Amino acid sequence: MNMLLTYLLCAVSLGMTFLYGSTGEIITEKVGHLNLGTPGVMCVGGMCGCFAIDIFRDMLPPVLLVTVAILACFLGGSLMGLIYSFLTVSLHTNQNVTGLAMTIFGAGLSKYGMYNLTKELLDGGATGSEAQTSFLDATKYFRYPFANNEKLQYCGVMFFLAILIALVAAWILKRTRLGLHLRAVGENPATADAMGINVTAYKYGATCIGCGIAALGGLYYAMDYAGTAGAYKDIEALGWLSIALVIFALWRPQLSIIGSTLFGLLYVASAYLPTLFGWKLPQHATYLFEMLPYVVTILVLIVTSLRKKRENQPPASLGLSYFREER
Amino acid sequence: MSKEIALEMRKVSKYFGDLAANRDVDLTVYKGEILAVLGENGCGKTTLMNMIAGIYFPDAGNIFINGKEVVIRSPKDAFAHGVGMIHQHFKLVDLFTAAENVVLGIKGEGRYRKKTINERVQAIADRYGFHLDPQKKIYEMSVSEKQTVEIIKVLYRGADLLILDEPTAVLTPQETEKLFAVLRRMRDDGKSILIITHKLHEVLSVSDRVAVLRKGEHIATVETATTTSEELTEMMVGKKVELNIERPEPKNTCDRLVVKNLNLSDVEGVQILNNVSFEARAGEILGIAGIAGSGQRELLEAIAGLQHLSTGEILYHNPKTDKVEDLKNKTPLQIRELGVRLSFVPEDRLGMGLVGNMDIVDNMMLRSYRRGHSMFVDRKKPRDLAERIIKDLEVATPSSHTPVRRLSGGNVQKVLVGREIAASPTVLMAAYPVRGLDINSSYTIYNLLTEQKERGVAVIFVGEDLDVLVELCDRILVVCGGRVTGVVDGRTTTKEEIGILMTAHGQASENKAQEDETDA
Repeated sequence: MNMLLTYLLCAVSLGMTFLYGSTGEIITEKVGHLNLGTPGVMCVGGMCGCFAIDIFRDMLPPVLLVTVAILACFLGGSLMGLIYSFLTVSLHTNQNVTGLAMTIFGAGLSKYGMYNLTKELLDGGATGSEAQTSFLDATKYFRYPFANNEKLQYCGVMFFLAILIALVAAWILKRTRLGLHLRAVGENPATADAMGINVTAYKYGATCIGCGIAALGGLYYAMDYAGTAGAYKDIEALGWLSIALVIFALWRPQLSIIGSTLFGLLYVASAYLPTLFGWKLPQHATYLFEMLPYVVTILVLIVTSLRKKRENQPPASLGLSYFREER
Repeated sequence: MSKEIALEMRKVSKYFGDLAANRDVDLTVYKGEILAVLGENGCGKTTLMNMIAGIYFPDAGNIFINGKEVVIRSPKDAFAHGVGMIHQHFKLVDLFTAAENVVLGIKGEGRYRKKTINERVQAIADRYGFHLDPQKKIYEMSVSEKQTVEIIKVLYRGADLLILDEPTAVLTPQETEKLFAVLRRMRDDGKSILIITHKLHEVLSVSDRVAVLRKGEHIATVETATTTSEELTEMMVGKKVELNIERPEPKNTCDRLVVKNLNLSDVEGVQILNNVSFEARAGEILGIAGIAGSGQRELLEAIAGLQHLSTGEILYHNPKTDKVEDLKNKTPLQIRELGVRLSFVPEDRLGMGLVGNMDIVDNMMLRSYRRGHSMFVDRKKPRDLAERIIKDLEVATPSSHTPVRRLSGGNVQKVLVGREIAASPTVLMAAYPVRGLDINSSYTIYNLLTEQKERGVAVIFVGEDLDVLVELCDRILVVCGGRVTGVVDGRTTTKEEIGILMTAHGQASENKAQEDETDA
């Protein structure tokens, strides 16, 4: 029973990484931009947050330190989003190619940066006293108020922030004029343009904010869920799952909350299920378990395309550049 | 007439490069009137309207609204002056409801209440007698419902001057009548309505005055009550045009193509053709009438061998061998060799049949490239053919080596139809061959089809304009939602009869149409 509870908590909190990524991606996709750069954005965001902590850890009180880290992370992600939207919105480059390039760039950059930041920690293999004097020390602030509770330690401030952002995003998309205009841009930019909506501004805005939100997933994973020096190496893989989660959640942030938990359950299944059920599995079977979220996503894709409900389909102009018709 | 002036244009001109789309046009619209703007294609009707709606900016001239001179730089400016335009191609978000589309882009409180906007939209609909459910999604709507949403959209923004760009092109006669009833009600409410059209009978039935444009210039504005269609045509074309289509009695008819119980489903399993049966006879023009997208295209493609049939058979009576052959088992190439020709003019004109970047000669070769003796293509015959078509059909082109996409729509269509006719077909299928053509070119094409009929060709003509179908065709097959709803005799039928057959719920819409007539 205890084991099951640990499994659940672990899954839910890992899921928040996906939730940040997918909420950000949903906002971007709602204006018609398929951003495959999300894994790279999350890597860069995580890196920016960690650097901010490393710079300010002796200067600022804990509350401010966490805030500054989150802001730095958001800004780092938005900057990546700005590059992406400049390329795809203003220069009309292919979204898939640009996104992939952003991921490769982001992952590479963050590995370079984080290697320098964690070099000594990793070389020494230490997490104890050395971690106390590095940026990793700040994990206890991120895990507030449950830092000392072994079960709930991952449910820190950013855990709740993720759910809050997802709910707010869902509300804005569904109920406000802003959301209506945003969806109109993603469905039919020509119509939105004709109705006096500034398509370019909406695309830039949504992409930058979406990327900022997605980036927080990287920081959450590095500073709260994993809290280890080597955590940055996993972020890219989690980023891809976030994109899969968008499809699973049918472009709805509120469904993404449930989806992220399911993805979490499946992703860490290899660590818990064998023990829970007493299976004896070889070590490399882990990789098969990590594949499960994608299998589920494909199943969802098949089911939704069989049901053919228009509301469950991606935004109609997803992936297409918008040129204003000119004579 | 002591009416107030709503809009006045003085000496308005617009140039695209060296070409004058509009030159020194004067136009006056009064409050509470319907003014029809009439003209052939390319005469500058739409350009002129676009200048009022803020899509183009005039190069010279002044525009006055309610007596004050205005500068309209964008659709937003136009809205601010109470001008709203309903375009031919609807600008709607499919996934949104009618009401959501109506409020799109309007600044207001951040949060909008669905109930409030639904009520507001409903109120406008009730006021002018539209039938519309504000909560219905656009993708579930028929074309006429979508048009209603477009009209409400501009009314919601407080437009007093409405511009409708060929609003009836996509409607059935019943829907057109309904629209006209609504327009009259809006006129009585004090709104000014500008309606662009090239259908004369509509002009005569709905408008108060008619402004005629020719080659970018304003020819005259006349009271509808005091004019005739002959007079209007003369003003439009600049010379007297015989508006009657010749329809010789069919001679020596015999079954050429017999289609039996045709069924066809698309990739997603949606049934497109449902038990379609008919026969096309040699020496006769068979018209196919139906709302766009009722399966006409697929039917012709099925005959040409381009669609995979679920069930049914297409029997071809070969005049050379007197044998009956089933086209279902033949490749498109074999079918073409038998003399079954398809000339399909899709909405973008070049999509099927012609390659835009190739010149006329090369496009002729698309049909004959297999006929050489060596590995090199024979260019001489296609060149001769191209020259002949240019001469016979009066194709306006600098030379036979001009890329087809540079020709105007009418000329492209002449090339396409000319090529198919040149192959001396036994069955000629022409879909929308006059789409977007002016009156002169249209009649050239009609005459070509009639000529083919007299030569004993079985002509199948898919048309949009019911007036023409009724005048041109010997028999008319009416399709609705992939089903044949009737075959009528072109000489005895009426547009209304066809219109009723064209709508899905045959009986129901008939009653509705009658109601509307009594309403109006």
